[in-house]
Amino acid sequence: MSWEYAPAPESRETARLKSSYQMFVDGEFVDGNGGAFKSVNPATEEVLAEVAGADATDVDRAVCAARRAYERVWGPMPGRERAKYVFRIARLIQERARELAVLESLDNGKPIKESRDVDIPLAAAHFFYYAGWADKLEHAGFGSNPRPLGVAGQVIPWNFPLMMAAWKLAPALAAGNTCVLKPAETTPLTALVLAEICQQAGLPPGVVNVLPGGGDTGEAVVAHVDVDKVAFTGSTEVGKAIARQVAGTRKRLTLELGGKAANIVFDDAPIDQAVEGIVNGIYFNQGHVCCAGSRLLVQESIAGDVLSALKDRLQTLRLGDPLDKNTDVGAINSAEQLARIQELTAAGDAEGATRWSPSCQLPDRGYWFPPTLFTGVTQAHRIAREEIFGPVLSVLTFRTPDEAVAKANNTPYGLSAGVWTEKGSRILHVAQRLRAGVVWANTFNRFDPASPFGGYKESGFGREGGRHGLEAYLAH
Amino acid sequence: MRTDRRAERVDVRKTYKLYVGGAFPRSESGRSYPISTPRGRFLANAARGSRKDARDAVVAARKALAGWSGATAYNRGQVLYRVAEMLEGRRDQFVAEVVDSEGTTARRAESTVDAAIDRWVWYAGWTDKIAQVAGGTNPVAGPYFDFSIPEPTGVVAILAPQESSLLGLVSVVAPVIAGGNTSVVVASEDRPLPAISLAEVLATSDLPGGVVNLLTGATAEIAPWLASHMDIGGIDLCGASAGQRVELERLAAGTVKRVARAPESTPDWSADPGTGRLRRFLETKTVWHPIGI
Repeated sequence: MSWEYAPAPESRETARLKSSYQMFVDGEFVDGNGGAFKSVNPATEEVLAEVAGADATDVDRAVCAARRAYERVWGPMPGRERAKYVFRIARLIQERARELAVLESLDNGKPIKESRDVDIPLAAAHFFYYAGWADKLEHAGFGSNPRPLGVAGQVIPWNFPLMMAAWKLAPALAAGNTCVLKPAETTPLTALVLAEICQQAGLPPGVVNVLPGGGDTGEAVVAHVDVDKVAFTGSTEVGKAIARQVAGTRKRLTLELGGKAANIVFDDAPIDQAVEGIVNGIYFNQGHVCCAGSRLLVQESIAGDVLSALKDRLQTLRLGDPLDKNTDVGAINSAEQLARIQELTAAGDAEGATRWSPSCQLPDRGYWFPPTLFTGVTQAHRIAREEIFGPVLSVLTFRTPDEAVAKANNTPYGLSAGVWTEKGSRILHVAQRLRAGVVWANTFNRFDPASPFGGYKESGFGREGGRHGLEAYLAH
Repeated sequence: MRTDRRAERVDVRKTYKLYVGGAFPRSESGRSYPISTPRGRFLANAARGSRKDARDAVVAARKALAGWSGATAYNRGQVLYRVAEMLEGRRDQFVAEVVDSEGTTARRAESTVDAAIDRWVWYAGWTDKIAQVAGGTNPVAGPYFDFSIPEPTGVVAILAPQESSLLGLVSVVAPVIAGGNTSVVVASEDRPLPAISLAEVLATSDLPGGVVNLLTGATAEIAPWLASHMDIGGIDLCGASAGQRVELERLAAGTVKRVARAPESTPDWSADPGTGRLRRFLETKTVWHPIGI
């Protein structure tokens, strides 16, 4: 029996792609002074649109608008009224969900089933969740008089463009702050549609400003003297630079940085479920996930069985057109990221690990990397220490629970971890000892607006999601 | 009027040393510096801690972390309450030392020492409550049991306030260890004697060695080594000089340390402490598990 799939692409018309996008400042779409740049479809290398880039003067304009909006409108507004604006945004995202999903897949390269079923619904849910907090802040456990901080400068990455925008904007707005958001250079489009949604919601001008641009733009947002709060999601390297930059200022800071999560599989784990979790852990979103389970720690006695089941499963993954509803693995987001993945995997080969990928045809154009795993990895290998941010799994083994915990914690990162075992007491024992902000037990890569997310150690500080996520945007 | 000077008893004075890993060593550097009252009367020589002392203290704090953070919250509460008991028993000694160190009146020193004792009681009671206040279950939209709990950051460096030699010190140290962290504390540079006496109290309060390590000496000399140390998870810059705060915060950024910035003005340490300092060096861990049969 043949298991060929007919192509089942989403129509790209749904994305309502425009040839050019402007930046969003003080309630209006305007041209920037930073020079336009192109956003590219990483699956085809075709130019999707020209996007207005922001320079320091645009940042200044946006911050001033945000300050005005904070002082005159958004800050003084009763929480119950603010809430309704945020609820409106949630609803508008739901109404335009398919458009946003297709646009996200075009701009980012991720499979449509992920943008449609994960990114966009979670973005809407995040606004819906935090909207409800806006008039209940004094019940959030941060004192009887929680106050907004003022203007929040927010810089987000390209791996979950709209969802990261939601994670940043929703709690900030609910708490009464105004925002200057800088989306990633390679994925600015959905954030700009979100800006349009803010307009449709009737959000007062200046409350949300969206400034596309590169690293310089982000730096200008972080550096602006009238920004009260900096929130950043991205690499640990940039996070450290930002922490240095805000040193000595009054700015409050939260950082959500890199990871090198261990996914620990004990010998009593249900292997088929664990394999699904391993696959979801590292190949979800092409491994462009800060909390990806990039180090598989499998108990030695079952390593052979797990690996052979894992390889069988990887053989069934479908790589290709991100807009095809049957696609499991999409494109790498940029040529730059692809080069980094290639460099690190080459280091894996050079350092003596053994590479394996399922046989799969990579498209001729675009940025692609097959799902890959390395066996024979030691803790000293670069592929076991550095964040690859790609579909590359490093497999290590252990014999005892203590060894598993020691190896899992042997990293400067501490964002997430996974544990697979049927034994409840062992789950709690191991979860307690893992130095990681999120521990998924018998599951992996689950996210929810009600659930705090964020790192230990060099994976950053502060939490996004849940009651905890409000703290980043409140003075108390 | 004394007639026979030879019969007068000569008092036995205390040598003030560091407190590292539960022991009281001198500085490995062999250095000391004179401590005087604000009016200039010589009180004692204090050890002038070095980079090596700071590193030893971090090693001791790291070694103590598993035991202290793994102890039950009930147990930690009892130990902290025991500190209050011990301090109460030596109240007069601390009143005298605060008078000497801060140049204040005996009456004000008494209320300061009382407040310091009460602060230990406050935090003793928090050890087994903060997890319920700061954590909880998360109602996620799916068949998962999901909960969040606060956990200690790890080894925390504390630059104690320069002015308030006892109450300020207790106010910054107690919340850090109440949360299960271990600490390396740099005492007030000019007023370190109550801190060393407090270390004696800690050493006799069933607080495991290494949970609090206390260094005396030049804050500006020791602080950069702590701010950049890779095995320290957080730093409280309370006692850093205005001129050094930016440098220390930048150094701390190198390992993404949690930084408590120095207050803009001298805090009123007698005010209700709230839970801010207790939460400052806690991480939130979220655990997910599917629900099913």
